[in-house]
Amino acid sequence: MIEIEGITKRYDETTVVDDVSMVIEPRTIAVIVGTSGSGKTTLLRMINRLVEPTAGIIKLDGKDNRSLPGYELRRSIGYAIQGHGLFPHRTVAQNIATVPVLLGWDKARIKARVDELMTLYQLDPEAYGPRYPHELSGGQQQRVGVARALAAEPNVLLMDEPFGALDPIIRNKAQEDLLAIQKRFGTTIILVTHDMEEAVHMGDKIAVMDAGKLVQYAKPAEILAKPASAFVETLVGASEKPFRLLSLGRVSDAVEKGTAEGEAIPGDASQRDALAELLWSGRPALPVKGEDGKPLGRVTVDGLVKRAARPA
Amino acid sequence: MTIRFDKLGVVIAAIAAYAALVAPFATFRANRIVPGEARSVLEALPTAVGPLLLAIVIVGALIALLKTPLVLRLAASVVALIALAILIGIAGSFLTPAGNTFARISPASGFWLLIFAFTLLLADVLTRLNLSPWARVGVLVVAALAIGLLLISGQWNSLSILKEYANRADSFWAEGSKHVTLALGSLAAAVIVGLPLGILCHRVEKLRAGVLNVLNIIQTIPSIALFGLLIAPLGWVAAHVPGAAALGIRGIGTAPAFVALFLYSLLPVVANTVVGLAGVPRAANDAARGMGMTDRQRLFGVEFPLAFPVILTGIRIVLVQNIGLATIAALIGGGGFGVFVFQGVGQTAMDLVLLGAVPTVALAFAAAIILDAVIEMTATKRRVETA
Repeated sequence: MIEIEGITKRYDETTVVDDVSMVIEPRTIAVIVGTSGSGKTTLLRMINRLVEPTAGIIKLDGKDNRSLPGYELRRSIGYAIQGHGLFPHRTVAQNIATVPVLLGWDKARIKARVDELMTLYQLDPEAYGPRYPHELSGGQQQRVGVARALAAEPNVLLMDEPFGALDPIIRNKAQEDLLAIQKRFGTTIILVTHDMEEAVHMGDKIAVMDAGKLVQYAKPAEILAKPASAFVETLVGASEKPFRLLSLGRVSDAVEKGTAEGEAIPGDASQRDALAELLWSGRPALPVKGEDGKPLGRVTVDGLVKRAARPA
Repeated sequence: MTIRFDKLGVVIAAIAAYAALVAPFATFRANRIVPGEARSVLEALPTAVGPLLLAIVIVGALIALLKTPLVLRLAASVVALIALAILIGIAGSFLTPAGNTFARISPASGFWLLIFAFTLLLADVLTRLNLSPWARVGVLVVAALAIGLLLISGQWNSLSILKEYANRADSFWAEGSKHVTLALGSLAAAVIVGLPLGILCHRVEKLRAGVLNVLNIIQTIPSIALFGLLIAPLGWVAAHVPGAAALGIRGIGTAPAFVALFLYSLLPVVANTVVGLAGVPRAANDAARGMGMTDRQRLFGVEFPLAFPVILTGIRIVLVQNIGLATIAALIGGGGFGVFVFQGVGQTAMDLVLLGAVPTVALAFAAAIILDAVIEMTATKRRVETA
């Protein structure tokens, strides 16, 4: 659990982060969204004390984050940034091993962990371990960057626009990978982005920041349904709202009784994808199948359209 | 088939033609200080050998002039250079009257221009071959061995520069080692002081402009003026600091030369350290801090390795500059190859000047090639991407 209490950062007369308080539950993903200059990155960097706050306290699992020297605190917190920040003079394996080496793990344990993470990220340790970062593609570099952040098994992972430099297809894949790994390790993730789409997709909760202030901190559905201010409304994008709302739900939650013709859609696909498929194929209903392939029922255009309406 | 000319080859051929046909090949002087008389290629060499050299030069120039395969160009330049090196020795013995120890034979402008032309050709070929750093050092070693072999064989003993050497063999090596000690010692001192100073300038922005400006100003002080400025403070140190005089610190001599070279060396070392550290990718630095490296770990683990090729470039500049500048040390009794240069100027004996100048140039040249190779080796291993 991360408790941020009344955090403020001032540079001379400019207040970059203004009295922000929020609580991030363990094993969840909190996404901080805002325009550039909103203070979202500064807020993130105060959690691992790359930036020291002017006022306020941040507690990690109940402990003030100033109870350790900054560098020791940072070794216990994962950190991944845009443009990955890999060390160009070190191999992929050496890059991933950075924090374990700083912590003084023994060689066998480091090698085992590096191999485990590389395999998890679909990079063959034998083939890619000895390569240098510039010999990898952009997507691979980004994966190595996240693997490096996770190397010392941190409970908390801070990510500053980690997918910002990726093309849309690779970005989607990277987001799915991160969600899968978060489930597997139960890491608490705080992710900074300016992309509302990414925020709705990734976040258990979304924090919207504007001019250093925390404007709204709530579940994605609530942000979409009840934007706290005109700024949040703009950020969400008025014409996108119904589709973003649908993208939060799974098809299995919208199943109705009955049957329909044609190819079945899996129950864990998003409702947005189902609606898109219905509209594109010009049909009123689609059959739905479960993970085991058994038919669950059907989804209809009418049913989905009702779900896309503003929640009461 | 159309005949196609090589662009650089046109220049090389023109120089070679002028040097071989118009300019004098060797100079004959009755003794070491009288003005010389010019001798052309045909006059300077025995009957059959002169035309042979002309033929080699003409064929070599033609190969350079036309678009020819690299191997052929390489062969032409190497053969021409070897022929020139051996034949200038033969010209020396041929032109020296039997039993005459006063006559001096020295290479003349034609010889030097031919050497220049074919070295240009060789350098061009080596550049186009895109040799690896190790291969370049290898070529340097082979060339050094070949020159050494010619010197030991006595092939060149009849040339004036070696006659000057024969008269000063002992002091030549003593001054030579003093020269190298001055150049390398001041470099080492500059690195020991300059690296931390550069790191400090990088970390503390307020210091940067001030320090670099002071070093810039020092760099613009003429060397002789700097020697003059150092006499008073060093003389004071020698007189007042116990033990300083015993260490050899005096107002003139090696100490001020060393200090001056050291001061001149600081700017390239400090400036390149600052530039190198500033060139470290921001993201890599941020990631290093974010993952919990201490400032020291970040400096030695990330910043320094990434800045190393740039810092090494500064060291290369300093080394080549110091080898050249150390010549001036002789002016204030600091020793080095400059001793022969200034003696030669004083006696109007150009051969003696060459005895000081040629080894200095050769040393600087070799240092440049070796350090360039080292820089390339470190830079390719640690390629810095622009992320």
